[in-house]
Amino acid sequence: MSFINYSSREINCKIVYYGPGLCGKTTNLQFIYKRMNPEARGKMISLATESERTLFFDFLPLSLGEIRGFKTRFHLYTVPGQVFYDASRRLILRGVDGVVFCADSQLTRVDANEESMENLRVNLREQGYDPDRLPMVIQYNKRDLPNVASLAELHALLNRRNVPEFEASATTGIGVFETLKTVIKLVLIDLKRGGRQ
Amino acid sequence: MSQGNFILREPEYEALLSILRKLLADASAKVVFLVDKNGTLLASAGDAVGFDTTSLASLAAGNIAATGGLANLIGEKEFSILFHEGERDNMHLSVVAERLILVIVFDRRSSVGLVRLRVRQATARLAAVMATAVAAGDAELGGVEELTEADIESLFK
Repeated sequence: MSFINYSSREINCKIVYYGPGLCGKTTNLQFIYKRMNPEARGKMISLATESERTLFFDFLPLSLGEIRGFKTRFHLYTVPGQVFYDASRRLILRGVDGVVFCADSQLTRVDANEESMENLRVNLREQGYDPDRLPMVIQYNKRDLPNVASLAELHALLNRRNVPEFEASATTGIGVFETLKTVIKLVLIDLKRGGRQ
Repeated sequence: MSQGNFILREPEYEALLSILRKLLADASAKVVFLVDKNGTLLASAGDAVGFDTTSLASLAAGNIAATGGLANLIGEKEFSILFHEGERDNMHLSVVAERLILVIVFDRRSSVGLVRLRVRQATARLAAVMATAVAAGDAELGGVEELTEADIESLFK
């Protein structure tokens, strides 16, 4: 649910990075934080364990400039990927406007990706969303590693909706901004249509 | 369930602001924030300079969401009030009209009892304004529907 403040002329949207544990959701946000103009981004908050695994969420606010006199603000969140943090994932999806599904391309993580995608769909339905209509982008991360699944295979397993998809290597930044830009566009187009009513 | 947008217009914003200003004075608080449950700041009163209000809004929403999750586990709908006590400053969080969070920061010049009393009084008024805002917002989008793809593209130039 986007929040439009006509008094301060602001549009606020929430984008959630979802995916299995250690797929690179936090790394995406860290790269965006590092590369964004400091005036365009706020402080990044990570609620993580001592071993730097996301415990509750990471949060990064961005201000991308104005359109038609409205300041556009995007709040990026990650969910904790580990299976047993499902209750937290459900909470973070509340009020989401767009999702980036971050998949781990390694062959050993194929099952984890599928499980996480199914978990996303279940949790979206539980929050009252139609998982086939919510703006979504899929990012196939870790393409730089050996032993990765083919794109065709990942597409067949994860992208039945045929949403925009990108290859990425979040540690070096490849594909990170392409993914972000596309999900932001989808969210704004959806906003223009008046949400998913 | 509809996932439409929430639109806040000038008259309702001003009404919320005036309630927050009165609450700030009545509760002898340092600063008062109104945040939506998704983590966006709607309005504030008092000396918000020095506060990272964006982070505060996001963490307050996370805090309410997490305690709401705990409440569900013991069969409660939600815990509608949270109180955090610090060495100097304290924070009182409460849910308003099911979709907003009222955050009050206060020090020893005030007390939990006073804050709680004033919050109760302000909550009903805030809820009434929100009902108007939601009804008005449902009527139309008020300009956002005119965004073109070129407008959206201009953000990335």
